[in-house]
Amino acid sequence: MTCTEFLQLLDDLIDESVSAPIRSEIEQHIRCCEHCEVVFNTTRKTIEIYRSNEIYDLTPELRERLHAAIMARCRGCR
Amino acid sequence: MSTIQSIAGQNEQHPDIALVERVRAGDVSAYDELVRKYERQIFRIAQHITQNREDAEDVMQDAFLKAYEKLDQFQGNAKFYTWLVRIAVNESLMRLRKRRSGKMVSIDEDLKTEEGSVPRDFADWAPNPEQNYNQSELAGILRKTIQGLPHGFRVVFALRDVEGLSTEETAETLGLSVPAVKSRLLRARLQLRERLSRYFKRKTGPVTPSGIDGVLAPQKGN
Repeated sequence: MTCTEFLQLLDDLIDESVSAPIRSEIEQHIRCCEHCEVVFNTTRKTIEIYRSNEIYDLTPELRERLHAAIMARCRGCR
Repeated sequence: MSTIQSIAGQNEQHPDIALVERVRAGDVSAYDELVRKYERQIFRIAQHITQNREDAEDVMQDAFLKAYEKLDQFQGNAKFYTWLVRIAVNESLMRLRKRRSGKMVSIDEDLKTEEGSVPRDFADWAPNPEQNYNQSELAGILRKTIQGLPHGFRVVFALRDVEGLSTEETAETLGLSVPAVKSRLLRARLQLRERLSRYFKRKTGPVTPSGIDGVLAPQKGN
């Protein structure tokens, strides 16, 4: 497997949607290619960091204000 | 066996469907539950698209109101959340268009860049690199980094990787083909990785700016 082929399969690997034989090929490539190993680990970490950190904070006060406004408008449109 | 599984699958009802039915029967408190369940996600999606807090607040309110008004059009075989996200995406794009004085806004714009299609930074990251920053610094880095992505990549990443839609749901929501979503997702992930690497890589060790294929393999063991 080349690095370009690895890159084409990177998303499927991260999303765990590769077949066992392909996965085994990829793992073999990663064992020999430090750069692809880094790309795989750091891309996976990138997604994990974005998933686990709130970057657009909705404070409880704002949340309550918006929630009340939404419900008032919904009740008003009945 | 497959028939039994199929029948069982059909009978499994998402809890949202029961809430939707209650709302349709006139129980507004059931809608209150749906709003509480999804308001954070809808606010985040609106922020990702509009990149403006006031717009995101307006989009969130308008999206929930529109969903309430159009609830009769919701097909029970779809997921309520995905249906709601589609409304929020459309509202966000309309809000952007207003801000740009009526200029059409498309999720296809700004995609000419080739940046990120090939990794260039191969430095390994520190273990748990996010712990080197406090919560506010980290949020600032993550915001700045994702805001630098082309619009069409950012929205795909936000829906697929942050909000948990499937590739197919993301494609349907954005009116894109599945291959287009996959291509954008890969480039979004790689661009974010590349940009975050500036903050998260180990402080020591060589950084090799190079291409891939034929350049990568010989680096092993250097």
